This record gives sequence, structure tokens and C-alpha cells, in this order.
Amino acid sequence: MRSLGKYFIFMGSLFTRRETFSTYIRLITQECINVGYNSLFIVGIVSVFMGAVTTIQTAFNLVSPFIPDYVISLVVRDMAILELSPTIIAIIFAGKVGSSIAGELGTMRITEQIDALEVMGINASSYLVLPKVIACVIMYPMLVILSIFLILLGGYFAGTLTGILSSVDYLYGIRYEFIEFNITFAVIKALVFSFLIASISSYKGFFTTGGSLEVGKASTSAVTNSCIAVLLADYALAQLLMG
Amino acid sequence: MIEINNISKSFKGKQVLFDISGTFFKGKNNLIIGSSGTGKSVLLKNIVGLFTPDLGDVKYNERSFINGSEQDRKQIRREIGMLFQGGALFDSKNIEENVKFPLDILTDFPEDEKIDRVNFCLERVGLVNINKKMPSEISGGMKKRVGIARAIVNKPNYLFCDEPNSGLDPQTGIKIDNLIKEITSEYLITTIIVTHDMNSVIEMGDHIMFLLEGKKLWEGTNDEITKSDVKELNDFVFATQLMKQMYLR
Ligand SMILES: Nc1ncnc2c1ncn2[C@@H]1O[C@H](COP(=O)(O)OP(=O)(O)O)[C@@H](O)[C@H]1O
Ligand SMILES: [Mg+2]
Repeated sequence: MRSLGKYFIFMGSLFTRRETFSTYIRLITQECINVGYNSLFIVGIVSVFMGAVTTIQTAFNLVSPFIPDYVISLVVRDMAILELSPTIIAIIFAGKVGSSIAGELGTMRITEQIDALEVMGINASSYLVLPKVIACVIMYPMLVILSIFLILLGGYFAGTLTGILSSVDYLYGIRYEFIEFNITFAVIKALVFSFLIASISSYKGFFTTGGSLEVGKASTSAVTNSCIAVLLADYALAQLLMG
Repeated sequence: MIEINNISKSFKGKQVLFDISGTFFKGKNNLIIGSSGTGKSVLLKNIVGLFTPDLGDVKYNERSFINGSEQDRKQIRREIGMLFQGGALFDSKNIEENVKFPLDILTDFPEDEKIDRVNFCLERVGLVNINKKMPSEISGGMKKRVGIARAIVNKPNYLFCDEPNSGLDPQTGIKIDNLIKEITSEYLITTIIVTHDMNSVIEMGDHIMFLLEGKKLWEGTNDEITKSDVKELNDFVFATQLMKQMYLR
């Protein structure tokens, strides 16, 4: 509970005594490359395979002659948009970006780089953390959209190449009774999850004390806490927006 | 000149500093000495504003750093340079960017003027042709030198060094000490150095403050230190046989 209070104070400190606008533009651009571009590979691989596996398993479970083939791709589509892309990729994002944020800030803390900034009168939390949070919130929704596309692509190849369903059925299914709000919902989830991951990981890294051992612990704890927060938020958002 | 008045500081109920007062002089190497864990770093951090003391005041040439206006504090910060224990260079920036950083933040000089100043400072600490290297590519002693260059790049009136020669071999340590000593008298800086190295104390201690368990026990010069009758100070100073042989004949 105490650390929750400290977390909110930390969030507040991000927005006080800031640097110039152009400084932030430069820092945010750099961070966008760090968190977005550098995550493309892992997000791509995971998405394509999730799409393939989901298609094959859905087909395997729907062995009734009364259910038309296109239902398979419809199920894959809804799973991708509602859960697989925003939530599962968030777990991966926490593992990759969250741990690196906590590790970087933790190292800066124990090697006194953060003190060096503060001595120069820079608000280190705002200077170091705000660009990371903003970059994550900008880039993660884009990764989610990309991931949805790649899941559907992976599903398409797995489905058509193994002869589970025809390309016509697959394309019909992913357009059948498409609810546009689901995309909005996915983007909202992505915004919330990325904010949670970036801010929790920054918090864990920023307040590291001790040595390199503690930096490792801060990284691990950043990932664990981010994942828990993402799953809780996932549940809350489902209640709020779908219920 | 820096004056500290009745500084006390605790962390979570555990008091680390007890009512410390003292003066640090311009153009002199002012040392804060004492064994590990006595609160030297905490005192230094209270002076530079990384911690706020629970009680007491810190005055930079009569300007209060604790109770002064935000404007005063900002101005004082511009006049401060600090060398950290491991150098505290920014990992993501190369050597030139590291040294230039205070100028980027605190001044609006044109770029070529900044680069000139950076090169001057790097040369002053004896480093040339490493501008584009990253901190991970240079040795510990070089990192300290870069740290000194970064600390003096904005022509500070006050220089702070936390254990400037710890973690270095004795020879490199002495070189760093000499560099700080020269810079201090050359630019008439008020320099405060935290150390537990007796060699530094004897070589460069113009004015020395001795701390024990968060309390100031003694203040004086390096000539006086070997003649003091404070038992705890003698225990600290003559902890090694060599020192005993040199001074207690
Ligand atoms: N940020 C902090 N929070 C709590 N305790 C601290 C903090 N910094 C230092 N201390 C405590 O203050 C005491 C003095 O530490 P320090 O000033 O680093 O000693 P040294 O004289 O070796 O530099 C130590 O007991 C240390 O545990
Ligand atoms: Mg110390």
C-alpha cells in the first residue's frame, strides 16, 4: 500500500519541472526506436505462430459437419483482436521492454548517473521516465495492430497450406459480422497496458538501491508486477467495456 | 566559500548526521574524512542538494541553498560541478556528449563554442582523441578524468568529489588527486573532497573535517592533524603501521 502511494507520487513527479519541448521530442524519438522498432522481431514471430496454432486448434475442436468452415477464421479473428494481441503480446512486451527499462534505470541509479542529473538541476524522473512512458504508449498500440494482422496472416497460411479450409472461406470468415468496436477496444487495452508496463517498470528501476544484484531483482520484479497489473486491468476493462 | 550550519539528517528514524557545522574555503581543498559508513557521502549529498537536511542550512557565499528562492537555487546549481565515485558517466552518450551535457542543459552557447570548451577541458585532464569513444570502452582512471572534465566544463565555483581515488591503483589515484589540487588553485574553486585515503589527506588537505558516526569530531589542517590529541582521530590517522613510523617517532 505504501509503495502504491509512492508510485502515484512518482507519477506526479514526471510532470513537474520539465525540460524544453524540443528536448522531449528528441528523447521520445530515441525511445520509440528502442521500444518499438526493437520489439518488431519478437512480436512478429510470436504473432505469426500464435495465428497458425490458433487456427489449427480451432479447426481441430470444431469437427461438426453443421458448422461451416469460415467459423474457424472468425474465431481466430475475434481471439486475436480481443485477447491474443493486446494481452498476450503485452506479457511479451513486459518481458522485453519492461525488464530493459528497469535494468537501465536501476543501473543509472546505482552508478549515480541519476544523481549526476539531479545535481545539474534536472528532474531525473521526468527527464528519463516520461519519454519512455510516452514512447511505449505511442508504439505499443501500433505493435498490437501489427500483431493482429500477423496473427491473421499466420492463420491464413496454416489454414490454407494444410488444407483445413479454403482461402475463400478464410477471407469470408475474417470479414463476417465484423464489429468495429472490437478494434477500438483492443487499442484502449493497448494504451492502458503499455502505460502500466512502462510506468511500473520505471518505478521499479528508478528506486533501486544497492548493487548489480538488486538491478537484476528490480528487472524481475518489474516484469512480474507489470504482468499482474496487465491481467488485473484486462479483467477490469472486460467488465467495464463489454459487460 | 561554503558554510554549513547545524546539519542533521535521518533516514526512516535512523539518524545519520548529528548537528554538523563548518566552513569550506575558496581556492582550497577542503576534505571530509572518516571511516566507511560514518556519513561522509550523506553529508556531501546534503550540501549539493541531493538530500535535504532535516535541520540546518547550507550557504554558498551567503546564499542559502535550503531556504533560498528557487531562483537562487537554480543559480547555485549552475555554479556546482560534481565528480562521482565511479565517474557516473552516462552510458548512452559518448565521451564528448558526456562532457558537453552540462553546457547543453545549463547554457545556450552555440554548438562550436561548446565543442571548443569540451576539447579544452578534456585536454586539461590529459585526454585527447577519445571524444567519440563510449564510457564502456575506457578504463576506470580515464572515466574519473572524464568525470572531472564534465564537472569543470561549466566553470564551476564549487567542486565536489566523492572518493576521487577509490578503486584506482595508487599511482593513478595520486594523479587524480594532483589534478583536482591543480584545478582548485588554478581556478580558485571551493573544492570539497570526501576521502578515507590518508595519502590524500597528507598531500592535499588544506582544510580537514573529521567525522565519526555522523558527528564532527575535529577540524583543522594537514599540518595539525598528526599532532591532534583527539584519540579517535589518531586511531583513524595512524591506522597503518607506515603512518605511525612516519610521524610518531
Ligand atoms: N538513501 C539512504 N537511505 C537510508 N540510509 C542511508 C542512505 N544513504 C546512506 N544511508 C546510511 O547512512 C550511513 C552513512 O552512509 P555514507 O554517508 O554513505 O557513508 P560513507 O561515510 O562511507 O560515505 C550508512 O549507515 C548508510 O546505511
Ligand atoms: Mg561514501
